[in-house]
Amino acid sequence: MHEKTHNPLIHISKRSAMPWYTAWAIRGIALVAALVVCAIVSVIVTGEDPFQIYATIFEGSFGSSRKVWMLLQNIAILLCVALALTPAFKMRFWNLGGEGQMLVGGLATAACMILLAGKIPNWLLIVLMVAASILAGAIWGMIPAIFKAKWNTNETLFTLMMNYVATQLVAYFIILWEVPKGAGQIGIINQKTEAGWLPMLFGQKYMLNVLIVALICVAMYVYLKYSKHGYEISVVGESERTARYVGIKVGKVIIRTMLLSGALCGFAGMLLVGGTEHTLTTTITAGRGFTAVMVSWLAKFNPIWMVLTSFLIVFLSRGAGQIATNFGLSPSFADILTGVILFFIIGSEFFINYKLNFRKHEAKEG
Amino acid sequence: MENKTPAVKMRNITKVFAGKVVANDKVWLDIYRGEILALLGENGSGKTTLMNMLSGIYFPDEGTITIDGKDVVIRSPKDAFALGIGMIHQHFKLVDVLTAAENIVLGLEGKLDLKTAEREIREICDKYGFEVDPNQKIYDMSVSQKQTVEIVKVLYRGADILILDEPTAVLTPQETDKLFAVLRNMRESGKAIVIITHKMHEVEALSDRVAILRHGQFVGDMLTKNTNAQEMTNMMVGHAVTLNIDRPEPVDPKPRIIVEGLTVRSEDGIVKLDDVSFTANAGEILGIAGISGCGQKELLEAIAGLQPVEHGSIRYIEDNGEEEELLGKDPLAISNMGVSLSFVPEDRLGMGLVGNMDLADNMMLRSFRRGHSLFADRRFPRDLAQTVVEELDVSTPGISTPVRRLSGGNVQKVLVGREIASAPTVLLTAYAVRGLDINSSYTIYDLINRQKQAGVAVIYVGEDLDVLLELADRILVLCGGKVSGIVPGRGASKRDVGMMMTRLGGNGNA
Amino acid sequence: MFDFIGFIPRAVMQGTPLLFGSTGETLTEKSGNLNLGIPGTMYVGAICGVIGSFFYEQAAGANMNPVLGVAIPLLCSLLGSLLMGLLYCFLTVTLRANQNVTGLAMTTFGVGIGNFFGGSLIKLSGSEVPAIVLSNTSALFSRPLIGGNSWFAKLFLSYGFLAYAAIIIALIAAYVLKRTRKGLHLRAVGEDPKTADAAGVNVARYKYIATCLGSMIAGLGGLYYIMDYTSGIWSSDAFGDRGWLAIALVIFTIWRPNVGVLASFLFGGLYILHMYIPSGMNLAVKELYKMIPYVVTIIVLVISSMRNKRENQPPASLGIPYFREER
Repeated sequence: MHEKTHNPLIHISKRSAMPWYTAWAIRGIALVAALVVCAIVSVIVTGEDPFQIYATIFEGSFGSSRKVWMLLQNIAILLCVALALTPAFKMRFWNLGGEGQMLVGGLATAACMILLAGKIPNWLLIVLMVAASILAGAIWGMIPAIFKAKWNTNETLFTLMMNYVATQLVAYFIILWEVPKGAGQIGIINQKTEAGWLPMLFGQKYMLNVLIVALICVAMYVYLKYSKHGYEISVVGESERTARYVGIKVGKVIIRTMLLSGALCGFAGMLLVGGTEHTLTTTITAGRGFTAVMVSWLAKFNPIWMVLTSFLIVFLSRGAGQIATNFGLSPSFADILTGVILFFIIGSEFFINYKLNFRKHEAKEG
Repeated sequence: MENKTPAVKMRNITKVFAGKVVANDKVWLDIYRGEILALLGENGSGKTTLMNMLSGIYFPDEGTITIDGKDVVIRSPKDAFALGIGMIHQHFKLVDVLTAAENIVLGLEGKLDLKTAEREIREICDKYGFEVDPNQKIYDMSVSQKQTVEIVKVLYRGADILILDEPTAVLTPQETDKLFAVLRNMRESGKAIVIITHKMHEVEALSDRVAILRHGQFVGDMLTKNTNAQEMTNMMVGHAVTLNIDRPEPVDPKPRIIVEGLTVRSEDGIVKLDDVSFTANAGEILGIAGISGCGQKELLEAIAGLQPVEHGSIRYIEDNGEEEELLGKDPLAISNMGVSLSFVPEDRLGMGLVGNMDLADNMMLRSFRRGHSLFADRRFPRDLAQTVVEELDVSTPGISTPVRRLSGGNVQKVLVGREIASAPTVLLTAYAVRGLDINSSYTIYDLINRQKQAGVAVIYVGEDLDVLLELADRILVLCGGKVSGIVPGRGASKRDVGMMMTRLGGNGNA
Repeated sequence: MFDFIGFIPRAVMQGTPLLFGSTGETLTEKSGNLNLGIPGTMYVGAICGVIGSFFYEQAAGANMNPVLGVAIPLLCSLLGSLLMGLLYCFLTVTLRANQNVTGLAMTTFGVGIGNFFGGSLIKLSGSEVPAIVLSNTSALFSRPLIGGNSWFAKLFLSYGFLAYAAIIIALIAAYVLKRTRKGLHLRAVGEDPKTADAAGVNVARYKYIATCLGSMIAGLGGLYYIMDYTSGIWSSDAFGDRGWLAIALVIFTIWRPNVGVLASFLFGGLYILHMYIPSGMNLAVKELYKMIPYVVTIIVLVISSMRNKRENQPPASLGIPYFREER
């Protein structure tokens, strides 16, 4: 209703809705544009022709069966964290504490592996690892949630800070358990006995990880879409007033959802420590707690789309890593390219949510 | 009052919203300096819209505005300020964590000199009798203090035509007296003042002249001393209009909800309901009349378990005569007691429904807890949505359309449809037909009547007296949070009810 | 006896990058932008300064002009972090993208830029160790303003000019926020953009300017760290997680840059406290000391939300994009 003194050239208004295929077409265009920019950057840096660059990106993920498995296992872990964060995001609770929740989960796993190996049967050890990691992650996620529910403490900042508390906690235990003394690192845990290592499945080291995460993905989709809890989460996220009106206890939902979110992050930490790395470092998460925020957000918090977005991010960063290796560049090249692509996709959301009305010319859409 | 030329002349002002809702229809209005004009009218009569066009919030579709004899175009609040027009809205535009002085100078240019600003603010305060501490933070202030800051802000920026939109709605009687004293001082110093109100005693106590709007049209204006409350009420509510709404005789009414001594205070400490007692009968429609903000919202929310209550009791009587206390229970606890209470709140998309969810998911709000399964039953709400769409003739592309994309009438049908689907024993509705066209309104009346005939205790908060008079079996009139009276709906005169709305008891002694 | 004369200057030097970072982030957050790209921005500020000085050192050889030796890295650093600030603003203010996602992507990107160009320079320099050494430039940056050997001089006069600049900038920022009209408008924008807009304040412009200035100030923190604290040695990931510590500091100081001056030195002290604790103690415990700043920050955050004193809350519109036509 706001009348302006002069009509600006471009008037921005909110779109009511856009069919999903148009929205994804816009994202697709953004992605293509991003890839072009990435290629230009790569060409400048490496001096190779662009098709060589794309071939290299492809090689990074599909160059060999080992690379394919690395791709899959990286997707699995990233997807697992993204899935973990999603219920919180749907509730409009910005859980930026995925890093910390993963780390404490990994810490609990490593603790079981180091302290209990050889003392109990391996299957029991693995069960304890799972339980301990879930518990640790859940506690880490629940702490900010309690304060959010009771005193509306800013959860973005709280969860962010919890990451670094977790990092230092891990650093402490690494020195406590370092092998050999004074090395400042733990090394591969139970290298000889492989106690607590998640078992190979069909002769593939990462098969179990991939299958478990696929299962979690479907389960999360069902949970959010069909369960009573999932429904409550959506209502709380959309409008706390409506939630109270129908008798949903908002605080309880916040705490319960963050328990779940933290628990799954902790479980992802277990997959990382028990399933792939078999060690514990303060940087073991490799920023996945943050990358997963983008994975989840890019997929509009839809678990099935997240398979795609996590594939995209892992594929690109491994491809960029391959460029770096092949052309003798710093591995950080991957971060730059990933950043560029993210900026394009993040920016493209604007054109999905808003409409540009050009006043001077014929009305057309941006 | 000697004859003067008006400071503001508004001529033939017309404003149409969304191409169909006519908020103002060829309105004429004159505003004089040194005079307090009361702009009187029922809810939705177009008072605020008219003044928003003077203050640059809206732009009139037709008509002219003249200030001191010059034709002007007011396109933005800035333009209005340049012409010396300042409006104090019902929702204050103040930044909470800043002080009064900081808010008053916000947006101005030049070097920040709070010391000088404070001095000037104090001068304004002394001149007119305001009490403002320039260094007090807004969040520390009572509503009346915030309002004072808004008025001082407008004066500080040099306004000499002041518009106050229902300034007393949020004030205690003592605060109101203080405000009136200040407004009189401003009148003495030659300012033109418009106060939007629908409270008769304020018009009488404060204004020099009164202008009355009804349904967006200008009914007339006159000097306050030449008229009386009865005449103004008649002009405001108009003659009773026959709407031909059905009113079946209640079948076997018996007490369902007994409210006793209910007192509610808002977060700001203002008494919203004061010792309210009444009985709502099963099989009857109890209409609640009152000017807006008289405690209707608090009353319904208290019964629904959404409003903290200071004291009183709300008892629910089962069919077998057993009594249960509803007070102190939240909506979930109330429904767990087996009390089927439905509530159609005033804020449809902010409370009753989730705008971004589709019809089926909105139906689920009430039903999702059913059963012991981990999963919510999706069939039932989908079927219900389908039924509601068909039976209430909801115009929608389908049941998977987000409700925010529906028109107001269809949104309301979805909400009412859901609320009555749970076979309630108590149905609370707030402004159930606000913003709806005639056909949708009659659909809603019909639905409510059917609930009544099914033995539901209906509490219907309405703003249109004509509707209340034809629909309700009994009418409870609220005035300033108190029960002004309860009259039978049949045979009640619109005049009497109108008087009770503006004055406790409706008699001449306020 | 605890070696205060040795400890305090180290704490100040540790704290100075944090002070730059938190002053920049405070300005940014006061406009309602939660810029989680600050850690990345500090990397960019650092590497741009390194690039500038690297090429100038190579070009000038032994006859470095001291003025250019300072000005070139300084300008490069400011330009780099300005670009980061503009990128953030374009995405979150103009395109109204989600601030958390944008910020995190920028941190990935910024750290990547830092390490990538750092790595490339290392290769260019043909150095044996994986590091770039810019000792000539560093000498300019870390030269004490006055110097001296008394305890007073050691405690107060021994720092490079950027350390004093950090304090001055923080105090100016505090003054601007509290006492000037621009500061008043900025606070209004961060608290309640609708009201500010209605009062005639250009919300987008304030967000842009505050965020870009904030980024540039934060970038200086990166530059200081390389040129002064590490004596001109760049190595991969050298800057560590100090960017996040700077964000913690913003909360710890409850959005007051003047408080940040002392608080940053406190944080810096906690960061290096373990080096001054008598050895023989469990080495692992030092990692727990490093936890203290974060734990204390959480406690401050929790207490301020429990007491619910309005001055001590985050700016009310923090993290929320502003769109005038939103109802």
